[in-house]
Amino acid sequence: MTTTAVPAARRAGPYLRVENLKVHFSTEDGTVRAVDGISFAVEQGRTLGIVGESGSGKSVTSLALLGLHDQRRTRLSGRILLGERDLLRLSEEEVRRLRGRDMAMIFQDPLSALHPYYTVGRQIAEAFRVHHPDAGRREARQRAVDMLGRVGIPQPARRFDSYPHEFSGGMRQRAMIAMALVNDPDLLIADEPTTALDVTVQAQILDLLADLQAEFHSAIIMITHDLGVVSQVADEVLVMYGGRAVEHGSVEQVLRRPQHPYTWGLLSSVPSLHGDAAADLVPIPGNPPSLINLPSGCAFHPRCRYADRNGNRSRTEIPELRQVQERGHLVACHLPEVDRLRIYQDEIADVGVAR
Amino acid sequence: MLRFIVRRLLVAVVTLIVISLVTFGLFFAVPSSPAKVMCGKNCTAQDIAQVEERLGIRDPLPEQYTNFVSGIFVGRTFGSGEFQRECPAPCLGYSFRNDQPVTEIVTQRAPVTFSIVFGAAAIWILLGVSLGMVSALRRGTVFDRFAIGISLAGASMQVYFFGLILLYLLVYATGLLPFPTYTPLTENPAKWALGLLLPWMTLGFLNSALYARLSRAQMLETLSEDFVRTARAKGLPLRRVHTRHALRAAITPIVTIAGLDIGAALGGTFITETIFGLQGLGKATVEAVQFLNLPVVMATVLLAAIFIVIANIVVDVLYAVIDPRVRLS
Repeated sequence: MTTTAVPAARRAGPYLRVENLKVHFSTEDGTVRAVDGISFAVEQGRTLGIVGESGSGKSVTSLALLGLHDQRRTRLSGRILLGERDLLRLSEEEVRRLRGRDMAMIFQDPLSALHPYYTVGRQIAEAFRVHHPDAGRREARQRAVDMLGRVGIPQPARRFDSYPHEFSGGMRQRAMIAMALVNDPDLLIADEPTTALDVTVQAQILDLLADLQAEFHSAIIMITHDLGVVSQVADEVLVMYGGRAVEHGSVEQVLRRPQHPYTWGLLSSVPSLHGDAAADLVPIPGNPPSLINLPSGCAFHPRCRYADRNGNRSRTEIPELRQVQERGHLVACHLPEVDRLRIYQDEIADVGVAR
Repeated sequence: MLRFIVRRLLVAVVTLIVISLVTFGLFFAVPSSPAKVMCGKNCTAQDIAQVEERLGIRDPLPEQYTNFVSGIFVGRTFGSGEFQRECPAPCLGYSFRNDQPVTEIVTQRAPVTFSIVFGAAAIWILLGVSLGMVSALRRGTVFDRFAIGISLAGASMQVYFFGLILLYLLVYATGLLPFPTYTPLTENPAKWALGLLLPWMTLGFLNSALYARLSRAQMLETLSEDFVRTARAKGLPLRRVHTRHALRAAITPIVTIAGLDIGAALGGTFITETIFGLQGLGKATVEAVQFLNLPVVMATVLLAAIFIVIANIVVDVLYAVIDPRVRLS
């Protein structure tokens, strides 16, 4: 993409900018540092993929953007700039008015995320009316039917009156998307939107999201653990581990030229359809860390095969997220860049989807 | 829906037949005869036989049972000669104790129990559910702890103790309320309510403790559901999230339990009726059992069973109305 292609009328800079966001929960066992200082930005019409294992802080980040954490037990710091507003400095009521209108969310399991006692159409119409108090019942219904049709639900006027349990999984997720887009939000957060769906339906939903993004021109944050999804939809990727960003860059950079051992681990644990089916996968050993007692130094060091190559640095010093030689590609690792490039070429590039 | 109700009613009829048979059987398994109780110590065997004849309990058991059942549907004739009398359908026989027709006893007593139960239920459902809901929304606050404490105390308190304390405080010590009496609602609604306020408070407060705990737990569970998070993510005001989305889902099991509780209570609230001297079904049942008063026992036991059966059907239908996922079949 060339820089001259950006229309002049577009708002200057990214629509969403997150700066040094920290989300800490107080629990009886101690403070959970679910997100510990991450920064990223998304422009309208672009998609950021946030990748990580469960417990890496990716869902917590998305809920923090919408302000959905229990305020009494959560400490948030940093800045979340949506358009011109800093969400962390707005009142709860002001954030509520933005939720569902300027920023909307799609959840992982549409069956549990839709209310079982209300019809699908009514739930979509409700989302419309709360931000359009002047709209009448009929107008809201029409709008909901239009949206149901737009997301590819056949006979939308009739399906308006169906309950979520009468829909198939894919239809439910379509309805969920219709509900999220009913107010034409500028930011759409999709939290594992395809994880609960059949593989064939997954592709349809991702296509639908791409179509709708082209039409509505919203910024999308796609939260997932599925690198296949990321490679398909994202422009940029943020890899999270233990509440921090370990690698950040364009899809091409992170998936084709990854430099962080954790990203290597993610890529090597996914089988590739091309080439040798018998080739061994290399899973990441161990489990994600406890967010109350993060390992000292680099949080990934207990699971990292290369942690011993830096003397004691990996155990004592938290690696900073620094730009590598290539512009826009950020990595938090103590290994020297030359070593990383060499290790990737020699040991990783031939395993799993990395090839 | 209609098919469901018809089928449930058929099952209910079978249930009632079994219950009536068991009650009948149990009654005659008792090694004492109502005739002896009525006749007193100085009766000769002949006197007793005469009394038994008049009560209609000399016939073989199957015949007595069929007489009882046919009496309900077509009426029956008691005694013979100068003692003969017609008992029109629905005939439940005559009280062994004072010869009053049992249907009359039931129609006198049932409104008392109904008044007690429905008034108290209104209190315990409204108070209990709102207390539980507010507690859940203010989880961990002073209000919540206080409400939990109170409801624990309430749940462990007994009606006869709490009722007597209220009676002492509100009637004897301060005179705020009159001693409970029953006035038919149709006669004087104000007097009806005033006379029943004390039993309503007693039963209502105590039961609301259980309902508060139940609805608090339900509400907490529902508040952590995904669809509540969705409702917030849509930008709905919190009040609407809590009522239209969370409470709406949390209320379902409460409806079930309330329906069954009310059904069971309609059969008689013996302790409440006794401490406040109200002539309801519960008191009638216990007195009849003490006196081996078979016709009254049969009537009240069957009535209690009917209430429970109806409550069950009502709850099932309500369930289908509340929860669109439930299909009656």
